[in-house]
Amino acid sequence: MKRVLLLLAVMVGFGMAAAQTTITYWQYDYATRVDAMNQLIAQFEAENPDIKVVHETFPYDGYPAQVAASIPAGQGPDVAQLFYGWLPTWQRAGYVVPLPEQYFDAAALDENFAPLVQAAKVDGTWYGLPTAVRSLALFYNLDKLREAGFDGPPATWDEFVEMATAMTVKQGNRFVEVGYGFAPTGQDHHLVREVLVRQFGGVPYNDDYSQVTYASEEGVEAFDFYTSWVTEHQFAVPEFVPGNNGYRDGFRVLENIAMIVDGSFAIGDVQRLAEFEWGVAELPTLDNGVKSNFGSFFMNALTPNATKDPAKLEAAAKFLQFVTSDDAMKLWLDVVGELPASRTLIADPELASDPVYGPFVRALDYAHATVFVDESGQRDVMVDAINAVVLQGQDPAAALESAAAAEQLLLDANR
Amino acid sequence: MSSPPVKPKRRLSLSSREAIWAYAFLLVPLAFFLFFRLWPALQSFRLSFFSWHVDPEMRNFVGLQYYREMWAEFVARGPIFQALRNMLFYFVLVVFGQVSLGLISALLLNSVTRFRSIFRAIYFAPYVTPAAAVAWVWGWMYSVNFGIFNKLLADWSDWVTGIGLPWLAIDPQPFLTSPTQALVAVSVVVIWQQLGFQVVIFLAGLQGIPKQFHEAAAIDGANGWHRFWKVTFPLLNPVLVFSLIISTIATLQLFDQVVNINFTDQGGPLGSTLTIALYMYQQAFEKFRIGYAAAVTVLLFAIIMLVTLVQLRLTQREVEY
Repeated sequence: MKRVLLLLAVMVGFGMAAAQTTITYWQYDYATRVDAMNQLIAQFEAENPDIKVVHETFPYDGYPAQVAASIPAGQGPDVAQLFYGWLPTWQRAGYVVPLPEQYFDAAALDENFAPLVQAAKVDGTWYGLPTAVRSLALFYNLDKLREAGFDGPPATWDEFVEMATAMTVKQGNRFVEVGYGFAPTGQDHHLVREVLVRQFGGVPYNDDYSQVTYASEEGVEAFDFYTSWVTEHQFAVPEFVPGNNGYRDGFRVLENIAMIVDGSFAIGDVQRLAEFEWGVAELPTLDNGVKSNFGSFFMNALTPNATKDPAKLEAAAKFLQFVTSDDAMKLWLDVVGELPASRTLIADPELASDPVYGPFVRALDYAHATVFVDESGQRDVMVDAINAVVLQGQDPAAALESAAAAEQLLLDANR
Repeated sequence: MSSPPVKPKRRLSLSSREAIWAYAFLLVPLAFFLFFRLWPALQSFRLSFFSWHVDPEMRNFVGLQYYREMWAEFVARGPIFQALRNMLFYFVLVVFGQVSLGLISALLLNSVTRFRSIFRAIYFAPYVTPAAAVAWVWGWMYSVNFGIFNKLLADWSDWVTGIGLPWLAIDPQPFLTSPTQALVAVSVVVIWQQLGFQVVIFLAGLQGIPKQFHEAAAIDGANGWHRFWKVTFPLLNPVLVFSLIISTIATLQLFDQVVNINFTDQGGPLGSTLTIALYMYQQAFEKFRIGYAAAVTVLLFAIIMLVTLVQLRLTQREVEY
């Protein structure tokens, strides 16, 4: 009798296993993100016992390469996370599929998600959804500001220059501490394009981002101002702290960088590692008070693997809906520290008045998400222009003009 | 002597059976080589004629378009021009540096009898250290404001100024942050890391040269310098050829060190350290332009093949002991 029961149990077990749909989720490896996603998956599986989610992560740098190689072989993720700037590249090569209409109502998505999430569309079609959005702000070391005789962060760029200069320490002809963590490859290329150019009265691109327009008089002024932090004011030093994210390490760990411009994704790390009094402020403005910011997000998208059979597609769509729901966004905010992507959650007054999240939340109102066609290529163009000025002594106007020409070629080639 | 008539057996002779076994075992690595090396290599030729898409049916034949694009970019002095020019510099610096320093170190090591294996281990250690770790440490050593090299230069400058010779002072150097110094700085790291491999190869070569030749030459009155040029160097030729070709191929495929030493601006600053392999990687895995990247691979293949053939022609001579 016992044996029969056991056999029955095994058969029922197999039957359940056969009815279960397994989907694979991929993202890059980042402790808090992995933790948050594991919690979400546990909740999702409890609500959907017939679906099993396999969660796999890869180091950030090798992540796109893993995706590039696995999906054509029919392996890898059904749902994958990607930076919105990668979308055009991935979409052109067929690595992501449009969100299926039977599960996602385009009009409702337009309604529910923050305006900058529109960048998850290609030619008007939704290709994925974010859990969180990010913007930029100024992180400052309050201890250092006080030591230098200031009682708070700069509100204008003039004050910024004054404070950063005062907090820069040299020994002979070598820098010991700097006022600003110069990071062209970090967030500074966004800072120049979407923040400074606009604050100086220019526009970086035309409305549909098909024409580069930052090489204007105002754009050159903005670019000249940014590069002068190294060339003229000398409170910023290229590659001051070596290594990946050196500017952030210099700020939060080594404490030899007094201020950095960074994204909201850095909040968690700074909270964890900084052993001094620090704060976050909205990016400074010029005297004209014009505010601007760069908004961005990582999105979750369905890959061709998910379309292989209807059960899989349904499971993947359900999972995507789940991880981009309001509840998931709240969990993500708590665990990762990234801002929710929904219009209603982001409008929460409590969040907007939070001393740490507040500056980022308020910035979302005036943030622009650059519509990229080749994010790494466009980034390199701006980084090279900055380096041509600060490392080679090229004239800023000439450097910006050749950058605009090079970026225009990229835009034209990929449309 | 006549042997009794043997019944014809269907069994194979021992040597044939041994040969069959040998081939059977060889089949495994052969299959590995064919499927995981040769087949993908051939695939990249095919891929270079097609636009890339996940779905094979959506891959369109584009003929020589990617090769024409490469040529246009070369003429316009774009990244591929930079990469090829950099390769030339890397080739000259790294191959020459590695082989000459490797030979010198091996000769010195060969003349010590005590602790030789310890020295050999020390020289070999960098070769088995992961490139990421090496790049991280060297990145700090090259740091303009915190690195040991600029610290030494600063100390030196202080000292010479102190003794009244300020014109001997040397300013801090930008190293990796300078578009003109970065390539040399990376080359130094590569030479340092690969040196151990060369040393081991040359040591093996030196120890394979029969002692009698040196003794005979010494009896004939040849001094050390003559013995090196007339005995050691010619007899070392096969090892030298091997070492040259291996280091050339490794240099032409240079990737790890370049990627890791300037992690946020790989191949920079301003493309000054870019290599063909890195360029190919960026095209394939950052831009998902796999067809174009395949065309770059074919170019790299052609370059390596050509350089290797030329080297073989120029350096390989018969050696008679």
